[in-house]
Amino acid sequence: MRHDHLLSAGQLTREDIEAVLDRAAEMAADPAGVAERHADRLLALCFFEPSTRTKMSFDAAMKRLGGDTVDMGTVESSSVKKGESLADTVRVIEGYADGIVLRHPSEGAAKLAAEFVDVPVVNAGDGAGQHPSQTLLDLYTMRENAGLDDLTVGIMGDLKYGRTVHSLAEALATFDARMHFVSPESLRLPRSVQFDLHEAGARLREHTELDEVLPELDVLYVTRIQRERFPDENEYQKVAGQYQIDADTLAAARDDLTVMHPLPRVDEIAPDVDGTEHAQYFPQAHNGVPVRMALLDELLSGDGGDR
Amino acid sequence: MSDHELRVSKIRDGTVIDHVTAGQALNVLAVLGIDGDEGFGVSIGMNVPSDTLGRKDIVKVEGRELSQSEVDIISLLAPEATVNIVREFDVIEKNRVERPERVVGLLRCPNHNCITNADEPVVSTFRVVDDGVRCEYCGEIIRSEIGDHLAVN
Ligand SMILES: [Zn+2]
Repeated sequence: MRHDHLLSAGQLTREDIEAVLDRAAEMAADPAGVAERHADRLLALCFFEPSTRTKMSFDAAMKRLGGDTVDMGTVESSSVKKGESLADTVRVIEGYADGIVLRHPSEGAAKLAAEFVDVPVVNAGDGAGQHPSQTLLDLYTMRENAGLDDLTVGIMGDLKYGRTVHSLAEALATFDARMHFVSPESLRLPRSVQFDLHEAGARLREHTELDEVLPELDVLYVTRIQRERFPDENEYQKVAGQYQIDADTLAAARDDLTVMHPLPRVDEIAPDVDGTEHAQYFPQAHNGVPVRMALLDELLSGDGGDR
Repeated sequence: MSDHELRVSKIRDGTVIDHVTAGQALNVLAVLGIDGDEGFGVSIGMNVPSDTLGRKDIVKVEGRELSQSEVDIISLLAPEATVNIVREFDVIEKNRVERPERVVGLLRCPNHNCITNADEPVVSTFRVVDDGVRCEYCGEIIRSEIGDHLAVN
């Protein structure tokens, strides 16, 4: 991989992804070997909307590489509240740190930030847009459990606003996975994502019921249906129940089905799934650290010569 | 456009945009930023019978030539349009519009949550795709309704 920034999963080739995953596996196997690799380097954590886990995961990754982080703090306590533009904010922060991790409520925020700074920018979620570092750890988890070849993946829940889904689907297209999207009509994959998938020649189908595809799946990726997306509580209650799984649901699945979730979950995966062989969502979350170590190592080691 | 029609319009110097998709003439004027206060002579034909298009619009602007970015966006509103430059009552140049690769600054992204609609120092940029244009920031696609998203409106 030779990129200035990681803005969307679409910018990554299969080779890019495999290189990061390989490096992450090396780092997971021998964390001591990289404990000083980025000593004295600083990573800025700019979270314009809260995300404890993603932020802590980047924080941990940077510190395990021997570096340190500076944190913008909450939006309420920063100058953003006073109306400063994102472009100005990142130009100031560029002077403090060697890289910027950005979470922002607007789509395209990371791309804009990248236009204004010379240090690497990592998109850690832009509105309903993209969340590519999550995708890398998702793929890492899939590779460990099911491999990435000849994969059949079900992706279920809020496909419309779920940025992790948008990034993941784009990346899976480069692996030629068969994708089954399961959601209520009102939360189908947006047409812009469908456009990308069709352009990439992806094999995909859409469903409203999980049981239509469950027995075929190698991986079931569950996302949260967000109550706040529904104008009407009744509408929410109607659909939410259909997209919950428990140990009984999984009786129809293959024994080696891997169940994943970007977390946090609410009630879409019942606790009785946790103890089954299917459950991989906690290891998935833990994989965020080595994967982000590998990603940061890649971006912070670039000398810009061949960019 | 036939020479006959052109003579009828009696433009001395200016631009005739012909074979405009029916219904798009006012959007073409919007692209050109013309609202009548500029003092240009402007005539518009709407829903004029056309051999090739069935119905078409025509926009004739006296004393004004078009920039490339204006021609680019007209190509999206009216892919069949021709841009005729008139000097001393003669058409001296007749160009078919061509779809550009990018449209910069002329459209507003319909995604309200797009960073280009926030108060940021950024110019909207759209990549032209097969059946529309696509925001380079948020990925939103505009298809047939391009005229509704002109930044000049
Ligand atoms: Zn946009």
